Amino acid sequence: MLRQVHAIQCIGCPVGCGGDVVVEDGAVVDMTGFTCAKGQAYAAEEVVSPRRMVTTTVRVVGGALPLLPIMSATAVPKAAIFDCIALLRSVAVRAPVVEGDVIVANALGLGVDFIATRDIPAANASQAS
Amino acid sequence: MRELAYDVVTIGGGPAGMAAALGARAAGAERVLIIERDRELGGILQQCIHNGFGLRRFEEELTGPGYAHRYIRMVEDAGIDVWLDTTVLAAEPGGVITAVSPEAGLQVVRAKAVCYTMGCRERTRGAIRTPGSRPAGVFTAGAAQRMVNMEGYLPGREVVIVGSGDIGLIMARRMTFEGVKVKAVFEIMPYSNGLTRNIVQCLEDFGIPLYLGHSVTAIHGRDRVTGVTVSRVNERLEIIADTAFDVACDCVLLSVGLIPENELGRAAGLVLDPITGGALVDQYRQTSIPGFFAAGNVLHVHDLVDWVSQEAEIAGRSAALYARGELPSSQAQRPVTTGDGIRTVVPQRLSPSLGTKKSERFYFRASRPMGPSILQVFADGERVFERKLRVVKPSEMIVADVPLKLIGTAAQLAFAIVAAPDEVAAAADEEEASC
Amino acid sequence: MTDHFGMTPLPASADVVVIGGGVVGCAIARELSRHALSIVVIESAPDVATGTSKANSGILHAGFDADAGTWKARLNVRGAALYKDIAEGLGIARRETGSLVVARTEADRATLEALRRRGVDNGVPGLELWSREQLLTHEPNVSPEAQGALWAPTGAVACPFLATIGFAENAIRNGARIVTECAVTGFELADKAIRAVRTTRGRIATRFVVNAAGLYSGEIARFAGDDSFTIRPRRGEYILFDRSVGPLVNTVLFPAPDKVSKGILVSPTVHGNTFIGPNALDIDDPGDLETTPEGLSGIIAGARRIVPGLPLNTAITEFAGLRAAAGKDFVIGPSPAAAGLVHAAGIQSPGLTSAPAIGEVIVAMLGEMGLRLTPKADFVPVNPARPRFHELDRAGQAALIASNPLYGRVICRCETITEGEIVAAIASPCGARTVDGVKRRVRAGSGRCQGGFCGPRVTAILARELGIAITDVRKDSAQSWLFFPRPLAGSEEKADA
Repeated sequence: MLRQVHAIQCIGCPVGCGGDVVVEDGAVVDMTGFTCAKGQAYAAEEVVSPRRMVTTTVRVVGGALPLLPIMSATAVPKAAIFDCIALLRSVAVRAPVVEGDVIVANALGLGVDFIATRDIPAANASQAS
Repeated sequence: MRELAYDVVTIGGGPAGMAAALGARAAGAERVLIIERDRELGGILQQCIHNGFGLRRFEEELTGPGYAHRYIRMVEDAGIDVWLDTTVLAAEPGGVITAVSPEAGLQVVRAKAVCYTMGCRERTRGAIRTPGSRPAGVFTAGAAQRMVNMEGYLPGREVVIVGSGDIGLIMARRMTFEGVKVKAVFEIMPYSNGLTRNIVQCLEDFGIPLYLGHSVTAIHGRDRVTGVTVSRVNERLEIIADTAFDVACDCVLLSVGLIPENELGRAAGLVLDPITGGALVDQYRQTSIPGFFAAGNVLHVHDLVDWVSQEAEIAGRSAALYARGELPSSQAQRPVTTGDGIRTVVPQRLSPSLGTKKSERFYFRASRPMGPSILQVFADGERVFERKLRVVKPSEMIVADVPLKLIGTAAQLAFAIVAAPDEVAAAADEEEASC
Repeated sequence: MTDHFGMTPLPASADVVVIGGGVVGCAIARELSRHALSIVVIESAPDVATGTSKANSGILHAGFDADAGTWKARLNVRGAALYKDIAEGLGIARRETGSLVVARTEADRATLEALRRRGVDNGVPGLELWSREQLLTHEPNVSPEAQGALWAPTGAVACPFLATIGFAENAIRNGARIVTECAVTGFELADKAIRAVRTTRGRIATRFVVNAAGLYSGEIARFAGDDSFTIRPRRGEYILFDRSVGPLVNTVLFPAPDKVSKGILVSPTVHGNTFIGPNALDIDDPGDLETTPEGLSGIIAGARRIVPGLPLNTAITEFAGLRAAAGKDFVIGPSPAAAGLVHAAGIQSPGLTSAPAIGEVIVAMLGEMGLRLTPKADFVPVNPARPRFHELDRAGQAALIASNPLYGRVICRCETITEGEIVAAIASPCGARTVDGVKRRVRAGSGRCQGGFCGPRVTAILARELGIAITDVRKDSAQSWLFFPRPLAGSEEKADA
């Protein structure tokens, strides 16, 4: 039986609880220090399969602005973050874009969509920059 | 030269300006105008492409642009006038605003009430007096953020970040995603000025070292930055001899604090709080200039935009009341003061009419990090209210609702934070954990 | 006239080549341009006013410091008088503040009397010895320990960048050319006489060369086999305070002088800021502009001796400048080694004040050396006035925007500088090519946020107006690029998460 204790800092809210998570054979069996359900869920996931929300930008073609900010619709496995970033670097979208548009669906087969987090209207003549 | 009349005008169309305008509208103001100098509404939110906004206000995980767009749509739906690409040159007591834009030229607006919602600016290298040379490659973190996130250019290839404010931490992750090597973050204080969650997800996730108690004592380079010299500091923030080391880099990002942008207020004779750098306001967010209200980062620097929206809505509602003659000019105000453990409090004044609310919300910044603590409220020197705090960090705003019946007719209100006895610390306040 | 980076090409020949686009070189070029001559100024940096001329005290000295009979004494008083006549027409911001030398001890009072006598010998008008009471009435923030002062009503402050640019622009308007990013690599001589100047941008044939190369004028002399002087860079550090402090002092305040320099000043700038400095440290490297903790502490301590209540929390920038010291006096005159070469070197304080007078003297010397001087009937002594938005009244502002909408977009919020002013500064004859070049011409970025807000916007305007990429825009020096392109797909993979 493999028993490990992980010290985890919660990032769920500004309180910033810290605590220990006890893992036996890959399963969480005990934890101390986390004071809300959300924090406990975060701590459990953090030791087994850590995930992060990912935000970045992609290029816009023919838009009023050159870049579109995008966000993962759900958290991305931590180990896959840089692969996602590399994928998104090659992406360009054509304006207009509407907030919520799926820019990349099921990125790298991870089951995570990347979505636009704002509108970008098409460039008109006076806005070309 | 156009001359126009409005009930309420907000100067600045960031989160505070939009929320204030909406607050004014909701309180019945008919003619409401937002004056914004940038090409679109949203202010600094538009360049904050990371998530974490709106957890309180919308109970959702939004990016800065996402949060901004919620408000932009509400502003559009509310029929609020918006002037973009327009800079306010002066806002004189009495409500005469002079603004300028390429399209409309010079315009004069007569406002019955005005909301200062200009936000803040970043402290610079000059303000922290960093010696060395003056090469290209030294930027404030926010300026770099705009270039990276909105224009698509990088400020350097190997970066050192000075100061551990949230913008700097966020930029450490952002630059790492852009293929830039972030070598270290140096913070002169013994604690970070950023949110703990940002230290974890922006630095620790990527193995970026955070050096507390370290000061950058020189910036080197002729054309571009070539490196910095760093030394450890003691508890009085003095350089400790023989601790200097050099770090090679081609870029220095400064995240060393924010200052309310009160140039217009200062020109109009606005009375400022020397600690917050913002106006002195009462609970209606009315300033020393009758009919002028303030909210958001121009009033005091916030940690969460959600608080900005909340505060600005108060200011906007009050402005609407003032415009209708239903709110008097601030007068005979009772002072709200800070005691041990507290650096700033807003509002700093209570106007005589407490209204019909049950409680008044106060916003604090702690003067130093503390463990489990008690927030104490004194009315005329007598302790009338206490609240337990699980943890106290200068980087995070403390928000407390104080029942008005406890304040009563007290001539003076004071706040303090003291360390909690152990048994109190064990029973942590539930309200603190609700997020 | 210009290539795609906005640089003037180097002509094949010229009647006179002026080496150095500082205030001295540009003032000489402007004086030369009164005559029917082909004039080329060559400057190694991308802009004029990038060496000693960009970091100095910005003071037009009254002229009581230098010993009678020196170049300094003669040219200072003449220069101060010339500025009074020409500054406005050339667009040089100048303000008559007067200056005070403050005595802290009884011994200092004796020094003041000696300075007064020297000033009278040098022809400085209006000098008065003031009592402690007179001093404190005029300057209430001065230390109550002060014992009295020497009042010089002709002391003034001026913008050293606008002085350099004003001379340069006027020279160009009168036919001179300024070639930037062009460094001298040597001379071609025949019978110990100048025949051509070799540069990083090619060769230019000429028989007359003015050495106004500031910190590098010793090296230039050496290229011609002239070892008659050497330049020792002397570094001085400054701290500049925000305008919001208001007028801390009304006049230029000097302490009673010591042996090395005029001491640490507390002075208004022409634009309404206050500065303290400079100290004086002899160094070896003419490119070393680093400020140091010791240096900054030193000038704070020095300034506090005159004005104890310094608003240190309103400092907006610290910087260092280098004076090109060659000994006690300026080095002005024909080279003893190469015919056709004349030096205007070792121009330390009062160099800014003396510059237009140095121009007169150098032109006269060139005439004596054989340069034919034919005054032009069509010489235009002034530059067209350039609108400054924040200095206009509301009606003037409205009219300006009506004439060009770009004057309605404020780019620098601290100093209220509009896009129209920035575009005009780039388009002008001696146009800005860098972000700092814009700052020196119109003050965008010289306020309390030091370009934090407007820097990226100025960068974009420069790129658009010059027709270059954002990534080709520079801060100041030739290699001082500000931004890099984002990596393209797959160019920089990372996998350490």
